[in-house]
Amino acid sequence: MSSEHVAHHSRAAGVDQGRASTAASDVSGSARDAGRSSRKPDSRTAVILSDADIRRTIDRIAHQILESIGDRPALLVGIPRRGVPLARRLAARMAQFSPGNYPVGALDITLYRDDLRGRPPRALAETDLPQTGVDGLVVVLVDDVLYSGRTIRAAMDALRDHGRPAAIRLAVLVDRGHRQLPIRADYVGKNIPTAFDDDVAVHLTEIDGFDAVTVERAA
Amino acid sequence: MTSLATGTGPATAPGSVGAALETVSAATNDGYADLPRHLLAASDLSREAAIAVLDTAERIDQAIAGREVRKLPTLRGRTVVNLFYEDSTRTRISFELAAKRLSADVINFSAKGSSVSKGESLKDTALTLQAMGADAVVIRHSASGAPHRLAGWVAGTVINAGDGTHEHPTQALLDAFTLRRHLLGGAVRDRVGNGLDARHVVIVGDILHSRVARSNVTLLHALGARVTLVAPPTLLPVGVDEWPCSVSYDLDAALAGADAAMMLRVQKERMDGAFFPTAREYTRGYGLDLRRRALIAPHGIVMHPGPMNRGMEIAPAVADGEGSVVTEQVANGVTVRMAVLYLLVSGEGADRV
Repeated sequence: MSSEHVAHHSRAAGVDQGRASTAASDVSGSARDAGRSSRKPDSRTAVILSDADIRRTIDRIAHQILESIGDRPALLVGIPRRGVPLARRLAARMAQFSPGNYPVGALDITLYRDDLRGRPPRALAETDLPQTGVDGLVVVLVDDVLYSGRTIRAAMDALRDHGRPAAIRLAVLVDRGHRQLPIRADYVGKNIPTAFDDDVAVHLTEIDGFDAVTVERAA
Repeated sequence: MTSLATGTGPATAPGSVGAALETVSAATNDGYADLPRHLLAASDLSREAAIAVLDTAERIDQAIAGREVRKLPTLRGRTVVNLFYEDSTRTRISFELAAKRLSADVINFSAKGSSVSKGESLKDTALTLQAMGADAVVIRHSASGAPHRLAGWVAGTVINAGDGTHEHPTQALLDAFTLRRHLLGGAVRDRVGNGLDARHVVIVGDILHSRVARSNVTLLHALGARVTLVAPPTLLPVGVDEWPCSVSYDLDAALAGADAAMMLRVQKERMDGAFFPTAREYTRGYGLDLRRRALIAPHGIVMHPGPMNRGMEIAPAVADGEGSVVTEQVANGVTVRMAVLYLLVSGEGADRV
C-alpha cells in the first residue's frame, strides 16, 4: 500500500482522473487533454513498467492472491476496460501455479458513478457475473490504476446489489496515490508517485497491442 | 487472445463465467455524441445513435441479470413525469418501471381527473411541471406534434410515448432490440455495434393510424433492414410510396422467407370510417394464421405491439406458438426505456445540441 505519497491535491470536482486518462474516449475536452496535445510527446513521457515488468508483476500478484484466498472459493472480477484482461491474465497464471478453477467475471461500474451529471452520455461496458451470484465468494476486484478510489467505491456499491460476497479484495497494477476516499488495495503491482495532473497510462496487448505502463509528467 | 495463449496453464485452463468473456472492444461508436436532446421521433436517431441505445440496453440487461436487487442508482434524485393525455396503461407502466429501476422519482400525471379536465392547456401544464423541476417528461398525447411543442416549453428532456398517428419512437427501439436479439445471434458480442442489415421485416395491418408502423419504418430503415408494409388500400396513408419501404397487398407473397412479421392491432376505436367490410374479411386477407405463419423463414419471429385482438389480426395459435415474441417485447420495453432515460437524462445539462 502506498503511504509514501500522500495526496495533497484533493480536488473538489472529484473526477476520477485515473480512469479518464486511461480510457481515451472517457472525458472529452478537458483542460488536461487540450494541454497534452501541445506538449512534446517524448520529453516528459517515461516508461515505468516494461512488458517483462508487467509479466513479473502479474506473476507476483497471482502468487499473493493464491496465498491469501487459501481454499476459499474466489472470483476475479475485472473492471472494464483494462481490468478485464488483467483479471484473465491473473486467473491464467494462478491456474498454472496452483491447478484449479479460477472463474473470471466483469463488472461495469458506469451506472454507479457519482459524476454522471453534466456530462455527455457514456457508453456502458460489459458486465458478466455468475448466474449463481457472488454470495459467499472471495471477490477480487481487478483494475489497472488506483487513483481517487471512486471507481472502487462504485464497484463495491454494484457488488452489493449482486449479493453478499464473503470478502472483497482489490488488486491493481498501479497505485498512483491521490485517494479521495478511504480505500486501499490489497495487492499492488507498483506504487508510482505522481502529481495529481500527471497522466498514467496502462497499455495492454489485448486492447492496445502492446504491454507498458507510462507516465506523462504534467508541464 | 494472446494473453491467454501466453498465460494458460498446461493442466487447467482458467474458468470463465460466461461461455467466453467477450473481448472488451473499443467503444468507438460515436453514436453517443450523436444522441438527441429529446426523443420526439424515430428520425431523431441516426443509425449510430440508435445502435448506441440498443447497445446500452444490452449492457443494462447484463448489469441486472439474475440479481436480487433489480435497481440501479443511476437517476437518484431525478424526477421523471409521465404526462399521459391518452389512456395507455402498458406504456405508462413500462416507463414508470424503467424510471423506478433507475431510482428516479416518478410522478404520474394523467389527463383524467386532473387540472386538464378542468381546462388547463398543454402549455400551462408544461409550465407547472417546469416549476416543479421535472428532469424528464414522458408524454402521450392524442394530437400529433404535442411532444414537439412541449419540448419548446420545458427545460427537461422530452420523450415521446406516442403522439396521435405520428410517432412512437421507444416502441420502434424495443422492436429493433427484440429483432436484433433474435436475428443476430445468441451472444451479446454478436449484437453490440451492429444494425439489422439486410433483414426483412413485414409490417401488417392498420398502417394509416399506426404510429408504431411509422416509427418502425424509419428506425428499421436507418438500421439497414428491408421493410414491407402490407395493408388493405384503405388503411395505407397518403404518400406511403415515399416512405423508405415497399408496399404490398398480398400478405402470402410478402411473408415468404421474411425474418419477422409484425402484426398491428386493428384499432377499433379509430374504425369509424368503415375501412374494411367485415372483421372476417379483414382476417381472411390480413390476419396471421398458422398457414401463413409457416411461410416465414424457419428462424423468423412473430411480433405484436399489443394489446392483441386474438382471432382478428393474429390467430391465438400463432400468438402463443413458437417464434412468438409478444411477451418478450413487453420485457424488452422496460430495458430499452431504461437505456433511453439513462442516455438522455443522467447527464442532463451536458453541453450538447
